Amino acid sequence: MEKQLALQMKGITKRFGSVLANDHVDLDVYRGEILAVLGENGCGKTTLMNMIAGIYYPDEGQVLIDGQEVVIRSPKDAFDHKIGMIHQHFKLVDLFTAAENIVLGVREQGAYNLKEVNTRVAGIAERYGFHLDPAKKVYDMSVSEKQTVEIIKVLYRGADILILDEPTAVLTPQEITRLFNVLRRMKEDGKSIIIITHKLNEVLEVSDRVAILRKGEHIATVNTAETDEAALTEMMVGKKVDLNIDRPEPMNPAVRLEVRDLSLKNAEGIQVLRNISFEVRSGEILGIAGIAGSGQRELLESIAGLQPLESGEIIFHNPKKDKPVTFFHKSLKRVKELAAQDAFHDVNLNGVSFRGMSNKAIRKWVESGGVLFREDEIMNLRNKTPLEIRELGVRLSFVPEDRLGMGLVGSMGITDNMMLRSYRKGHAGFLDRKKPQALAEEIIRELEVVTPGVSTPVRRLSGGNVQKVLVGREIAFTPKVLMAAYPVRGLDINSSYTIYHLLNRQKENGVAVIFVGEDLDVLLALCDRILVMNGGAVTGVVDARQATKEEIGLMMTRTSREGREEDR
Amino acid sequence: MSEKRHAEAREPLVHLSKRASIAPPMAWAIRLIALVLGLVACGLVAFLLVDKLREHPERVGDFYYCFIRGAFGTSRKFWKFLRSLAVLLCIALALTPAFRMRFWNTGGEGQTLVGVLGAIAVDFYLGGKIPEWLLLLLMLAASLLSGAVWGVIPAIFKAKWNTNETLFTLMMNYVATYLVSYFLVIWIPNGSSSLSKLQNGKLPALGNDYLLIILIVLALTIGLHIYLNYTKHGYEISVVGESVRTAQYVGITVGKVIIRTMILSGMLCGLAGYLIAAGMDQTVTTESAGGQGFTAIMVSWLGKFNPLAMILTAGLIQVLHQGAAQISQDFDVSGAMPSMVVGIILFFIIGSEFFINYEIHFRGHGARAGKEAVK
Amino acid sequence: MNIWLNFLIDSLAFGATFMYGSTGEILTEKAGHLNLGIPGIMCMGGAGGCLVLNWIGKSALPPFLIVILGILGSLALAMLMGLIYSFLTVTLRANQNVTGLALTTFGVGLMKVIMSKMDATVYLVGPKQMYRWPFAGRQDSLQCLGVLFFLAVIVALCASWVLFRTKVGLHLRAVGENPATADAVGINVTRYKYVATCVGSGIAGLGGFYYIIDYMASQEAYLSLESFGWLSIALVIFALWRPHLTIIGSTVFGFLFSCSSFITNVSWINVTMAFKPVLKMLPYVVTILVLIVSSVRNKRENQPPASLGLSYFREER
Repeated sequence: MEKQLALQMKGITKRFGSVLANDHVDLDVYRGEILAVLGENGCGKTTLMNMIAGIYYPDEGQVLIDGQEVVIRSPKDAFDHKIGMIHQHFKLVDLFTAAENIVLGVREQGAYNLKEVNTRVAGIAERYGFHLDPAKKVYDMSVSEKQTVEIIKVLYRGADILILDEPTAVLTPQEITRLFNVLRRMKEDGKSIIIITHKLNEVLEVSDRVAILRKGEHIATVNTAETDEAALTEMMVGKKVDLNIDRPEPMNPAVRLEVRDLSLKNAEGIQVLRNISFEVRSGEILGIAGIAGSGQRELLESIAGLQPLESGEIIFHNPKKDKPVTFFHKSLKRVKELAAQDAFHDVNLNGVSFRGMSNKAIRKWVESGGVLFREDEIMNLRNKTPLEIRELGVRLSFVPEDRLGMGLVGSMGITDNMMLRSYRKGHAGFLDRKKPQALAEEIIRELEVVTPGVSTPVRRLSGGNVQKVLVGREIAFTPKVLMAAYPVRGLDINSSYTIYHLLNRQKENGVAVIFVGEDLDVLLALCDRILVMNGGAVTGVVDARQATKEEIGLMMTRTSREGREEDR
Repeated sequence: MSEKRHAEAREPLVHLSKRASIAPPMAWAIRLIALVLGLVACGLVAFLLVDKLREHPERVGDFYYCFIRGAFGTSRKFWKFLRSLAVLLCIALALTPAFRMRFWNTGGEGQTLVGVLGAIAVDFYLGGKIPEWLLLLLMLAASLLSGAVWGVIPAIFKAKWNTNETLFTLMMNYVATYLVSYFLVIWIPNGSSSLSKLQNGKLPALGNDYLLIILIVLALTIGLHIYLNYTKHGYEISVVGESVRTAQYVGITVGKVIIRTMILSGMLCGLAGYLIAAGMDQTVTTESAGGQGFTAIMVSWLGKFNPLAMILTAGLIQVLHQGAAQISQDFDVSGAMPSMVVGIILFFIIGSEFFINYEIHFRGHGARAGKEAVK
Repeated sequence: MNIWLNFLIDSLAFGATFMYGSTGEILTEKAGHLNLGIPGIMCMGGAGGCLVLNWIGKSALPPFLIVILGILGSLALAMLMGLIYSFLTVTLRANQNVTGLALTTFGVGLMKVIMSKMDATVYLVGPKQMYRWPFAGRQDSLQCLGVLFFLAVIVALCASWVLFRTKVGLHLRAVGENPATADAVGINVTRYKYVATCVGSGIAGLGGFYYIIDYMASQEAYLSLESFGWLSIALVIFALWRPHLTIIGSTVFGFLFSCSSFITNVSWINVTMAFKPVLKMLPYVVTILVLIVSSVRNKRENQPPASLGLSYFREER
């Protein structure tokens, strides 16, 4: 069969301020093929596709459809040329039903009749094997339901060229297989499908050809059948890369944090965590796998003291028996409180009392190492605020998934962001900017953060540098437990490996690390054990050295018994 | 068919992008141009509306000279200008901590008004019965307290249920207005509509009647600048304003900060009310705040929520205000002239922010050429 | 006729002022723009109508034509104000609160300057009988209700129908909820925002015209118009962003507002003068209560449009 050109891009260039996002990119797409656009995060894949979808307008270059030059100034122009894009961040109106979202913006003859639309939507859903209730409101939907709405939305408009931006990021392996089957069916229909991804195995599985982008430039387009992972990686990164992630053996693991029977309802009263129990050990990395929105975020936030629990305990173990008390993790006030509870003994195993002593004398005694703990410290963090947890002397660091919306303040510089954790210290009501600035400079130096200065708003930094600043701050806090949610999302390969390396170094220092990830390959390579979640419940804990991807994938969709009862 | 249309217009006519940063002199130049254009527009509108100007077009110079004369014409006018600036600035300063927290306090008008009401209530009941210094102190306490109460009510609901504060504070203004008319009815039994000037509870003159108020507000400006930029409270306000989730993440109790900041905001509005009551009016009407609560929102916004810059923006608005009042006097037009003039100038200055924040690229030029065109 | 019925009819007639105002504001807010310029717009709407009537007042045009020309004049100036607001907030992406307040400052000021130069005997006397259709000549209180009142009800019902039963309404609500989504499906966000704001302003402007010319029909009417602009914004919340509910809401507000003058006429209710301001305060208090209750119940459908107050820039990164 003669291959027929559907879409051509010639010399497309796009700048954002001084950043060159796309540099003279040429790309051809044929009818009835699946083209993968492969590249690292930040290489300009999405920007390029946004220009065909009418979201951005190119600074230079031409777009040709069926051999004729066209100008796509808006998404409407794109639809007129039968181009439809499914964005990574879904573009749906939460308050509307599925059907209302689907007909949004469609120009049709005749009166607007929602009932008729519902029937037609149901028809399309059936033809491609989707399950969808057209009258369901989007705010009630799961992530994969939302994706279904997005795909049907594009099909409803009769798109011939479909662009999918990282469609598999939120799906389980089984859902991915189903999606790929749908894509193949569309391809047989003669549609052109462009799938943006940075995952090599998916490229090899589903695509006919691969276009590789690197730093905004088009490197090559190759036939999938004639290439392999190593070659693709080399083109993508620009050099030979060792994709192996280090995994040192855990040293003297001991239980550090224990979660027992934890349940949580969110603000809308929906059960988001159900009877979760697990433990994390010092010197290991515990991975958490699951479809996005299975309760991972809520679990970490519960441990960090950000959610009011319905039930359950969070127990922190500090192996301190017969070890000296320090001011490293505890304030003088806290030490005095503990002494009053008879928690300490001196070198001769006699009880310690600070009664009648001046603060200076207490300080001197403690710093000399003469005050020792009687027992291991065991503390319940249940329903403690982040501030109370810190005052207990529990060093719990948390790298949240939403870096600029939660971990950092985008409009502030690095110095002021360092202060977030420590601004309460000293100087009565006034701020001390000296120490945070020193820390900021250290992090910039140590982690090679690229920034014009310590006071440049972090929002202007690239994703990788933002993450280095955040992880750097959390590590500078010398944690006992380090929780990181999707710490490499959106990062290029080099930055990702920097982060893996940092986590491994923490693990070697005896920190208990919790790593929430979406890429099962990375989880399997980096972690010691993996906990799998679905629908707010734990569906299994596996040894990462032995488990397979399929096994975990099944657990990601398996409903635990309690869960099923709730759902029906 | 669509191809044909595209062939005619290959690119969008204009294309925008957000600036990373802009040199301050450039930004000021843009604002200055906007101001000049605004003044020209004022002249054009005035030409349509002011009969005396239409009959004597040669008086146009005179017309613009009024803007200088209104504020700086005589030393009394100048002092008056400084005092009105101080009161307006005081309200704007009061609103600023809330704005930095992204709490859109549109209730400055009501908070100021209850401040006036509180002071006058104390004056009305206790004036002459207790020593003057004690009276002044009690009036101050009443003003601060009523302002704080008016500010904190919406804050409590915002903190607890995320109730929309813009609309809530806006409604509170009118509740305050009718609260004042309620007390006026009670206090004036004979049915006369206004409360005559009270004899007691007048701030002492410092050289003249104006200086004390000006100094108080000057001190407040510096104090607030320090509070917002160099204290832990100020830092917490900025963090909450930028992202509530970040604030929670680092252990800031967001509700507490909202409530604390709105108490401060309301209290400072109450202080402005006190300055109006004890320093100027000695009485209360439903118009005691005179719309300054709304004008102050614009002062604060134009000053980028920076207390020191707000001295300038409050000054600009006052110059326009008094200039336009001078015009309505000299050219014999309605007393509503000032608000019209201020409105027109604001349109231009508000519009000019766009050219400071965005770059415009015109068709046929590359990105660089577009940059040049703006410069 | 029953005194209470009279009273209800008067409340209805009075309420039409804010029925116009809040129907217009709802359209604007549904496009994601909190327009605090509504008081200024209503004032300018009133001024526009009066300007036209002042011109043609003494001419021998047929009365219905005079009414229509008055309406057109009112629409023209009000929509011009809407255009200024849209240009600043949509095209130039200025802060909506600040722009709205500036618009009110400007509109109220300009209206007062204009109105003070006109002769009330000309613009008020003109086609007075014409407004009274179909109840012209009646002696009872039904004569309060005229063409402009019925127009207000029709406009409110039509606005609801358009918003919730048509494609255009669906698109408009999408723009106000999530402009990026609307944009991505090919809805012209800018055009919807402009049209909604300008049409909304036009409708609100009619409220000012109605109040000055018809309901109050007095020379001083324009001086009290501004406060009803703010009441219209309150009514939007009270009606939970549904235009048809403004018909009920405006009657309630009208009732509470005119209570004060009415209640002193009823001998068996023994009230003091101090009661009047309290009654006038009630609409605002009730609005605050509605605002609180709807935020406590937190029902998604009763919340303000999600992108209310935010400006939209497609290439935001």
